[in-house]
Amino acid sequence: MTDKVPVTVLTGYLGAGKTTLLNRILSEQHGRKFAVIVNEFGEIGIDNDLVVGADEEVFEMNNGCICCTVRGDLIRILEGLMKRRGKFDAIIVETTGLADPAPVAQTFFVDQDVQDRAWLDAVVTVADAKWLSDRLKDAPEAKNQVAFADVIILNKIDLVSEGELKEVEARIRAINPYAKLHRTTRCQVPLDAVLGRNAFDLDRILEIEPEFLQVDDHDHDHGHDHHDHGHGLKHYHDEEMQSVSFRIEGDVDPNKFMPWINELVQKEGPNILRSKGILSFRNEAKRFVFQGVHMILDGDLQRDWKPGEKRESKVVFIGRNLKKDELEKGFLATAA
Amino acid sequence: MSEATKSLTAHVTLIETGAEVVSAAFLGRTPAFACVDGTILFNEIGEERRVTPHPDAAILVAQSDGSRFITGGDDGLILATGVDHVSTQLGDEKGKWIDALALGRDGAVAWSVTKTVRARDAKGEIKTFTAPSSARGLAFIQKGYRLAVTHYNGVSLWFPNMAAEPDVLKWAGSHLDVVVSPDARFVISAMQENSLHGWRIADKKDMRMTGYPAKTRSFSWSHDGQWLATSGAEACVIWPFQSKDGPMGKPPRECGVRPVRVSRVAFHPSALIVALGYEDGWVMLCRMTDASEILVRSVSGVAPDEKGRAVSALAWNNDGRRLVYGTEDGQAGVLDLPA
Repeated sequence: MTDKVPVTVLTGYLGAGKTTLLNRILSEQHGRKFAVIVNEFGEIGIDNDLVVGADEEVFEMNNGCICCTVRGDLIRILEGLMKRRGKFDAIIVETTGLADPAPVAQTFFVDQDVQDRAWLDAVVTVADAKWLSDRLKDAPEAKNQVAFADVIILNKIDLVSEGELKEVEARIRAINPYAKLHRTTRCQVPLDAVLGRNAFDLDRILEIEPEFLQVDDHDHDHGHDHHDHGHGLKHYHDEEMQSVSFRIEGDVDPNKFMPWINELVQKEGPNILRSKGILSFRNEAKRFVFQGVHMILDGDLQRDWKPGEKRESKVVFIGRNLKKDELEKGFLATAA
Repeated sequence: MSEATKSLTAHVTLIETGAEVVSAAFLGRTPAFACVDGTILFNEIGEERRVTPHPDAAILVAQSDGSRFITGGDDGLILATGVDHVSTQLGDEKGKWIDALALGRDGAVAWSVTKTVRARDAKGEIKTFTAPSSARGLAFIQKGYRLAVTHYNGVSLWFPNMAAEPDVLKWAGSHLDVVVSPDARFVISAMQENSLHGWRIADKKDMRMTGYPAKTRSFSWSHDGQWLATSGAEACVIWPFQSKDGPMGKPPRECGVRPVRVSRVAFHPSALIVALGYEDGWVMLCRMTDASEILVRSVSGVAPDEKGRAVSALAWNNDGRRLVYGTEDGQAGVLDLPA
């Protein structure tokens, strides 16, 4: 476990500022060494770091699961990088502007050799404050990247008014209210906003509450419980991509829940980009947490419910054309 | 070897290579270890000599032809290094990583860099083939001058000296390493999905060999070409290739069953004995005829940092009296079988 390497995936539509963010990460004096997997060489080049070219070879796993795609080139490159273990502390994967983040993320769940050597820290999406609203209308890739993100760097805010900024934030939140959002110019964020997020670590799934508050640049992994949407945000509804969440005030029956969630992702997996849940199983002292990427689910019993902690069960789905009523009915039927 | 012998650990000369061993071999009489730090360690009589064919680079792939070590690095170089410690450059891919390497008869060498596959004959003439997707595995067919190249959805059989399009053996999925039977009748690839896929070249008939808990990354043919030993399970899985149908419809043999996965396999050059390396650093010999096992190396630590790392290299010398192994944590050894 200790010598597993964290991997940060950097996505963002063409021109949003991925390379700027990458160069910031690499040039900051942090004493860490990175291996960087890029699609185009050129604008980056920091002597101390290992830069590897990739070619985004996405392929389907031969396991009858149509949306279970992985990045074959990434498996190969990680295998090669692991031969240079000790020469770097973390890996950053920069995807092309048109890339779907799912195959990159799925690579870390599907390939055992990759899993043994590396872990996915977070998907960070750089978005252009001026153009994102337009791209969300005409570029499905941009929408995917926002929906998939754990961290969104809303960049180039100096090019828009406060009103425009509020609007683009509202559009982001309509798709993905759970990601940490940072407003930046020239991607100026502290590194710990981007690295060391543990977004896919089941043990770190503490809360799945929407992040309606704009995150300022000190971290708060907190428990603020005042999510009345009263922060002056306009509310948008994205016709195609949404997030939905459901809550049961109390226990669910694992014998009902597990078959339901498994069947759901089998059937609706292609439309569900990300899923997450914290569940209170009947007669179980520990919380059950799960997360998923399309059809791939990862779940485990986590920490004990604390004395006085309200035992409740909550699930969240971010996806395309989600059948909200059906999902809600299905989940509520798993109540114990 | 006498029947009573259960352990040969006292006959092993231990060597520290200082870095992960990518490949081990005997160059003539000299045990040699190609290491990930760009060096080759020669265990010469009375002294160790280390040369650095790939300075400031990593050796990613290496194979020996018995007199030279052919190495491919993340510096893009393909080098041949002999026991005289002199390295000759066979290819230069301008800093791109060498992904796969294969040696043919008569000094032919093939390598790949993502989709680009090059075959270099003994005279030094290099031919290039562009695979439909990254070529993860290469193997020469020991008949004519022909190369099997794995890629997504199949294996291409390419004649470097012919203009014709390569013959493609198709099977959906990602194919990694590849081997060809010594009689040039069968091609077997290791797949992403922890299984093997085989084809009979003559009629492209498919064979599925499944049930592995991990990917097979090491293959070895028995000296008579009738058995194929494979890694990737908590035993060495050995497939029968005696009949014209290969292993179709026949169960494999297993030997060296332990609660740890086999990481490397190497058949003895003249007997039905297979050397096995495990993910915890153990090395054993297994005799197929009676399934007897003999220990070559054990690692006894319990704490995580005392546990052995996987055996990453394993090879016999020509007469089968000596065996070399190397591990991911730079531990190597030479076994001299007692007379």
